[in-house]
Amino acid sequence: MKNLRTLIATIVFTLSLGNIAYSGDIEEGKKLAFDRKKGNCLACHMMDDGELAGNNGPPLIAMKARFPNKQDLFDQIWDPTKNDPNSFMPPFGKHGAISKTEINKIIEYLYTL
Amino acid sequence: MYNYFHNFVLIILFINVTAFASPEEDQKLFRDHFENRFPNTEFSDYKNGVYSIDASSREQWESIEDFPPYELNIDQGEELFNQPFKNGNTYATCFENSGIAVRQNYPYFDESTNQVMTLELAINNCRKKNGEKPLSYYKGGPMADISAYMAYTSRGNQFDVKIPNSQEALDAYEAGKKLYFTKVGQLNFSCADCHVYQTGSKLRADIPSPGIGHSTHFPAYRSGAGRLVTLHERFAGCLNRVRAKPFKAQNEEYRNLEYFISYMSNGLEINGPGSRK
Repeated sequence: MKNLRTLIATIVFTLSLGNIAYSGDIEEGKKLAFDRKKGNCLACHMMDDGELAGNNGPPLIAMKARFPNKQDLFDQIWDPTKNDPNSFMPPFGKHGAISKTEINKIIEYLYTL
Repeated sequence: MYNYFHNFVLIILFINVTAFASPEEDQKLFRDHFENRFPNTEFSDYKNGVYSIDASSREQWESIEDFPPYELNIDQGEELFNQPFKNGNTYATCFENSGIAVRQNYPYFDESTNQVMTLELAINNCRKKNGEKPLSYYKGGPMADISAYMAYTSRGNQFDVKIPNSQEALDAYEAGKKLYFTKVGQLNFSCADCHVYQTGSKLRADIPSPGIGHSTHFPAYRSGAGRLVTLHERFAGCLNRVRAKPFKAQNEEYRNLEYFISYMSNGLEINGPGSRK
């Protein structure tokens, strides 16, 4: 009984940690997306409350609806030249401009748009 | 959609046709693209770079040009140009027409060395020939000043870059064209990505200038740098920004690139030195 209680407490605690990390990811993802040295998404995409956004990429809205499969969005950020060799969008992941973990955080943020 | 289609056609044409196309055919294709993209811009206005396609930044620029920030550089350049070397010769002895109003003839293909000769390399070759140390191509200074003065004396003359009918000259032109269209660096951009396909769009608050008229106004006084910048230093700036390793100023790659972009600008007036953001 005591063990079960500990187990439940542990599960609840872990889940809440997960939730905290999750909202943290969104915030970090936004920072990475706006950072000129990281995603610099604003260079080309209008998004959220970003100022002086570029306009040669599509606005980043309704991302969850446009990319219901997370992996597709990941692949697009990792290496857009796979779909289109002449893509203007840099292969952020493939060329090591941002890491896998960073891309995943950016995706968590993009999914809120 | 039209733009995508147009870009697609342009890419396909460049890939498939240009392997066999002559420089004249390339030039036509290249210019047609800008004519379609900016139907309201007169060809002769491309010498003004981004200001030929964006009215609001043009206004700011015109007010800067009321009191040109490079005026002092032209005076200094003139003084340096006329100052004799230790052996008594001057720059004038190295150039056609004593170096006055000749900017439009550079770069040219030197058939004795089979290399592209640029104005700034010719300035340094002149120094070496006369026992003087070469000048730096970076961070403004005497090279940029002399180049600015020589451009200034050539204002109004039209770019007249020739590609002689020799394999070596065509190879140099093709190498420049290849570099222009090749994606490089961590960010994977070619010159053409910004200055052909995306010209006129917005990158944050910047508008990539059109790919014709790039070399007419160099060296350029850049407000951000607060000094003159030579064309090859500008090339390095582009490569740094796409996170590629820049070449050294005046090496073969850059000279070939200058050859290609200048040939694309044939017929435009020299208006260097210019001022840019």
